[in-house]
Formats: sequence, structure tokens, C-alpha cells
Amino acid sequence: MTTDDRLLSRRQFLAAPGLVVVIPLEEFAAAQEPARLPQRAAYPEDFNAYLRIAPDNRVTCYVGKVELGQGSMTALAQLLAEELDVALDAVTMVMGDTDVCPWDMGTFGSLSIRQFGPVLRAAGARARAVLLELAAERLQVPAEKLQVTDGIVRDPSSGRRVSYGELVQGRRIERRLEKAPLKSPATFRVIGRSPRRKDALEKVTGQARYAGDVRLPGMLQARILRPPAHGAVLKSVDTSAAEKIPGVRVVREGDLIAVLHEHREVADRALGTIRAEWERPPATLDEENIFEHLLKTAPPPRVVHEAGNLQEGAKLSSTIVEARYLNGYVAHAALETHSATARVEGDKVTVWAGTQTPFPLRQQIAQALGVPAESVRVITTYVGGGFGGKSASRQAIEAARLARLTGRPVQVVWDRSEEFFYDTFRPAAVVHVRAGLDGAGKMVLWEFDVYGAGDREARQFYDIPHQRTRSAGGWSGGNPPGMHPFAVGPWRAPSVNTNTFARESHIDTLAARAGMDPVEFRLRHLSDARMRRVLEAAAAKFGWKPARAPSGRGVGVSCAIYLGTYVVLMAEVAVDKKTGRVQVRRVVCAQDQGLVVNPDGSRQQIEGSIMMGMGYALSEEVRFRGGEILDHNFDSYAIPRFSWMPRIEAVLLDNPEAPASGCGEPPIVNMGAVLANAIYDAVGARLLRLPMTPARILEALRGG
Amino acid sequence: MQRVISFELNGKPVRLSVDPGRSLLWVLREDLGLTGTKFGCGAGLCGACTVVVDSEAVRSCATPVSAVEGKRVVTIEGLSRNGRLHPLQQAFLEHHAFQCGFCTPGMIMNAYALLLRNPQPTREQIIRAMDDNLCRCGSHPRIVAAIEHAASAAKSGGVR
Repeated sequence: MTTDDRLLSRRQFLAAPGLVVVIPLEEFAAAQEPARLPQRAAYPEDFNAYLRIAPDNRVTCYVGKVELGQGSMTALAQLLAEELDVALDAVTMVMGDTDVCPWDMGTFGSLSIRQFGPVLRAAGARARAVLLELAAERLQVPAEKLQVTDGIVRDPSSGRRVSYGELVQGRRIERRLEKAPLKSPATFRVIGRSPRRKDALEKVTGQARYAGDVRLPGMLQARILRPPAHGAVLKSVDTSAAEKIPGVRVVREGDLIAVLHEHREVADRALGTIRAEWERPPATLDEENIFEHLLKTAPPPRVVHEAGNLQEGAKLSSTIVEARYLNGYVAHAALETHSATARVEGDKVTVWAGTQTPFPLRQQIAQALGVPAESVRVITTYVGGGFGGKSASRQAIEAARLARLTGRPVQVVWDRSEEFFYDTFRPAAVVHVRAGLDGAGKMVLWEFDVYGAGDREARQFYDIPHQRTRSAGGWSGGNPPGMHPFAVGPWRAPSVNTNTFARESHIDTLAARAGMDPVEFRLRHLSDARMRRVLEAAAAKFGWKPARAPSGRGVGVSCAIYLGTYVVLMAEVAVDKKTGRVQVRRVVCAQDQGLVVNPDGSRQQIEGSIMMGMGYALSEEVRFRGGEILDHNFDSYAIPRFSWMPRIEAVLLDNPEAPASGCGEPPIVNMGAVLANAIYDAVGARLLRLPMTPARILEALRGG
Repeated sequence: MQRVISFELNGKPVRLSVDPGRSLLWVLREDLGLTGTKFGCGAGLCGACTVVVDSEAVRSCATPVSAVEGKRVVTIEGLSRNGRLHPLQQAFLEHHAFQCGFCTPGMIMNAYALLLRNPQPTREQIIRAMDDNLCRCGSHPRIVAAIEHAASAAKSGGVR
């Protein structure tokens, strides 16, 4: 990830020899998520280079996206190498460095490939066209007669050749992005392959550098005084014992009270000696009564989608099924805690951070320090897991403030308890569903009201004539104060895990009421050819045998569309009726994500989503009393382990003409419903609340 | 407070004057500059800090540095020899048995200790031995496959 280019200033970079492709801002804005662009006016307008071809033939690609583990370093390099006609190994990715990479809103929402990918491909195609023009001049041959392989341009009639590097030697060429034709899938050499990941060697040798691995001369480790609960107010504090520990520095700036030492464990000890008194607000909410609270405090539901007439639908219904689905708060729990290292030299602030949002973070640091954004550089290291949780990067602001206060480089590595405390949880949520079947077993009514989770993909895709979907409050802000007692935020496929759990559980209940096989019932209500194809592919791979649930076999299905990706999961579970324990034996995923840039990378995301998704489905739920978070570590907050591992099979549907629509999030959204449906099929108990813990399964078995 | 502690680290002798109560994890990271061993939970619950001491996998965050006096410590940085990856590293690389990579050094070191005491583990033995090492990205199936591959490569006498 490090290159000499990283050390160049922006001015030096722009003046260095080579070819730079500049993207006009309009193109750039199109690659960002529109809903998150209120700050558009704050765009820096001076620098948008994406790629640079150096005289030594190396291609360096500068992107604002970051590598969280999802493999974008490799997949984005593939897109560029394809269009530019260079070897994948010739491409070096520089990611998320605010001094040399183009502005980007952040790495989330499965946007890297879906929206940013086409822009990057266009930049590669444009650079290739420019280089061919230069080669045509040099070789005195019309550009269309030339061929390119691995960055070498060749005139087939004379056999003469010239490399990209030679073409840019001693020159400084800058071009704006203009439309250049993209390659057609039939001619792909790099897209659609599964090359060795670019981060592989560093990650298996321990050389991969994360924000907490940065070592700077004179650096101090910081530990920060934390409140016992959200909303607690500091009444008094005594740091005298900490000040007596040799080498410990105690600093205070407003609400920020920290102890620092060159050794982490001395700072830990110093923190432990601080006596602080806090005034805590009364704790009334907990993980049990939160749902009534959400219903009470949520804003009035907003209509997301409506068709037909609900009264008419009710009139046509011979059976109406109503249910309330619940899920608790869930933590991101990446293995790397929020970490950052900061250095302040004169008016220059440099922060190495594990973040999903380096550019917004630069702005936040500048604001916190009262300096212009241009004097702040955020360098994104490898990030040890994000899942949405590192969109918020409070730790980096803390490190920057402490570096300025102490005049020394400062490292902030949260401990696991801080990680749980300041996490921006997936919101707890309530979904009311009311649906009706006519005498022929056709769905004719669908009412879906979601509170707390957000409206993404809340609208259902089955054919139902009379329907309405509404949403109140969500993960992305704008909630009434106090609705969620602590921070919530994007958690891998925000809103959609909740909405899919409710929709697909309810569809299964309706199928059972109609006396039909769950797959057959879904197909009867699906006119979307793409979804039918994916569902049929899943059934074929799984070997789905039609039966009415509960069949006792423990098999389940769930379908979803996530931002253009169609995904179906089928699962087989075993439920121990004595203990309520669930073992997931097998999960089949069929997915149509349009063009598949990297099949192995897509499979990694599918496997990862299935493993991670078992957690929110079966065990994960943040426990709290008011603003106090009771989970502090992995002993009480149980995430999936090796022994939970099912057999996982993935089918990637071939659909290269459809745009690449992203694969990091979609497979996880079905995990709640597919396991709920499989548990129902196994033992006839319908679980309406996530996670489906052994205790809740036993309760459901008792008919509770 | 300070004491001289001597041990062997990745095949080389080390002599340090340190507070003996400090953990092996932070001594490796801060004093010896070996940052491949990760801090994940600080309580021996996640395995990101796993290193091998005298052929046993230990949680370096919960091991005082004084406990390795006179012992042989191997970290992720000490696995490859003469620029050649250890078969486990090679297998993790080929299987892409990682995503974010943060748990990877601990996974590899835990698997290394497993293969030292049981060169031909069954799949069930691998799963049991690895169960207390946490991975949030969900690389579990690939990690198991990589360990199986490394074990079978060793059996067939192949270097990789």
C-alpha cells in the first residue's frame, strides 16, 4: 500500500512526469450515494486524478475507497487493468490518502464496484485512448491499427513496439476524462477472473500495517477517561495518583481527559487510578422494553410505497395474518478496535486511521482542531474490519487533539469495552406486518410498517395488488432525540437485515396458511424473471423438495433484492428441542449481482456474510440499562465461531451484461429469515424476534 | 521495577530490561517492533494475539513477559525462513483464508501450534483447536481448508 508517491506533496504529484487522468467533478458526484451528499458544497475542487502512468511503466491508481477486507484493492485494480490493457501486477493501489487520492464520501453501501467501478473503468479506457494517440504519433501508424498487451503498444504490420512508460517519458500529460468506449464482457481478460489478492502476502506475513501498527519516534499511547453510561455527566475528577506515575502525562481539554505514556500498559494503569464521579440519568430502558419505547417515540410513519387499496385487499382476504417482528441492537465487533495514530508538526496534522470515511474525517479533524482542512492529511491504513462501524471515527479525532495537546505523536487504540460503548449499533427495530390471502391462496393484501430500522428495501417485490409500506425513523439520523438511547448507524446492509427478516418470515407463514410449499408459494407471486431465475438456481443447487412447512426436515428459504443484487438463501438446520440450540448444517446461496468482477472475491463475501449473519440471527444482541452498555467483551457478546460453521455453497449467476451491483452486503440480509424459516420447518415454532437464542426457541416451543 | 529477561525470539536470542509484569503482547509490539501480533480484546478471548511459546499456542495479551524467560517464542514474523513462506502461510495465501487480515497472524500461529502437536489433524480436530480464535469477516471455511491443505502438503512431503 505504500509507495513513494505517497510521500509526494500534492503539488509535486501534479507536476511529476507521467500521464494523469483527471475526472471532472460532475462524473465524480455521480459515483457517490445521493442521499449522503448534503455536504456537496464542501467538495474540494482542485484535485481529482485517478491514475497515473509513470515512465517506469508502473500504473498507480489513487482512489478514495479503502480496503476493509472486502477485496476492493484487488477488484478495483482489475477494473483498471482491464480497460487500460496492463498486467494486474503493474497496478499499485493507493487508497484513502486524503493528500493524494480524489475525494470520496466513504466506503459503504456496496458502492465501490457498483457506482465507482464504472468511473474507474472509464478513466482506464480514456488513458488507453490517449496513449494510443501518442503511440500513433510516435510510430506513424493510425491508432486503430495498433494493438496493446500488458502496457506495450505494437504495430502488427512492422512489429515495432513502444511501452506506455516510454510514451510518457519526460512528459507531463494531463487529460480530463471524456467518454471512451468500454470493453465488452466477451473480450475481458482480467475482469471475471480470480487473481491472487493484492493484500495477500502482507496479510499472511504480519507485515500488513493497520492504524495501531504505526510507530513514530516519541510516540505516546493514550487512554481516555470514559463515562460509565451514555448521558452521564462528570461531576468531579481526581487525577493526582496518575500524575505521580513516572513518565505519565495527564491532559485535559474540556470533556477530553487522557493519560499518556510510551507504554500502553502504564497508561492503562494510570487510567485505573483516576477517581471520577459521574451523575447518571435514570436508567429506564433495556433490551426488553426498548420496543415499546421505539413505538412510542418514533416519528409518524412515512409512506414508502403504496399500490391498490388496502380496504379492498382486506375485503378480498379470507385469511388475515398479523405479526410483530423484533430485533435488538447489534454491534459491529470488528476484530480491530477503532485505532489511530496522529502527528502534529507546525500547522500540518497527519493522522493514520482505520476508517471507512477518510475524507469526511479530515473535515471533522480540521473542525475539532480549528485548522483548515488542507492542513490535515488522513492516511488510511489497512482496516481490520469495518461493516459500517468505522464510518464513525471518533478515535482519530481524539488522537489528533491529544497529539496537539502533548506536542508528541499519539496513538489511540480503543480497548474492547470502548469499542462496544461507542459503537454505532444496528438499531433495534419493530416491524408490523398484516397480510391477507384470498380463498385461492393468493396474497391480496400487504401492510408493512417498520419502526427504527429505516426504509431501505422495505418495499416488497412479490406480486400483491393491495399494499402499503411505511417507515418511521432509521439508522441514518433524523430520529427524535432519545428514540435510540445511544448511537446507531450503518451495519452491513443497513435496514435490510431487519426488513428482510420480517418480510420473508411473514411470507413463509402465509405459505403455511395457504398449505403450500414455501418455494412454490413464492414463485406463484413472482413475476420478476430475474428473481425467479435466482430462486430456481438456489432450489436446484440445494435439491429443494417441495413440502408444506413444518416438514420436520429443518429447511428454509429467503429471498431478497439489495441495491440491484438478487440473492436467495436456502438453509438446513438441526434444532435440539431439549436445549433450544440450533446447528446450521448447510447454507446455499444463489446470487445475481450482474457482472462479476472477481468470482472468488464474491464467494468470499458470500461465505463471510453467511458466517457473520449467523450471529445476528442466533446470538448477537447488545444488552444495556439506560445508557450503560453491559457487553464489554466477547465473553458475553458471542460472535460466530468455527464450530458454528455450516457447509456453504454458492452459485453466481452469469449475467455479465447487467451492471456490477456489489456483493459485500447482499448475502447477509437473508440470514435472519432463512434460519427462522428453517427452525419453523424443523420444530413448528415461529420465532418473531432476533436473535433466536436457545431460551427464545424453548419459549416458542412451549407455545410462548 | 525493571528486570532483565532473556528468551529466544524467532530463532534469535533477546535480552530486555523491562517491567516483568508487562504482557508479552505489548513488549513484542512496543519494545521489539513486532506489530504482526495483534491486540483484539485484551482478555485472551479472541486469539488475535496468539504466539507460540515452546511449541504451545499462548495468548500473548494474557502472558506476562516474565513467563517466557528462557523459552522459545515464535511470532508471525518468524515463520517464514530465508524468504520462503511457511506452508501454512502459503496455504492461507492460496486459499485467500483472510479478508481484513487482522485475525490472520493469530490464526496462523494457533494452527502452527496445532500442527506441531498433531501433524495430521482431522477436520473436527482443526475446528476444535481453532474454535477460540475469532474472525469477524467469516473466513472460517477457508481457514479450515488452508490448514487441511498445509497438513496434507506436509504429509506428502511437498514443501508447499
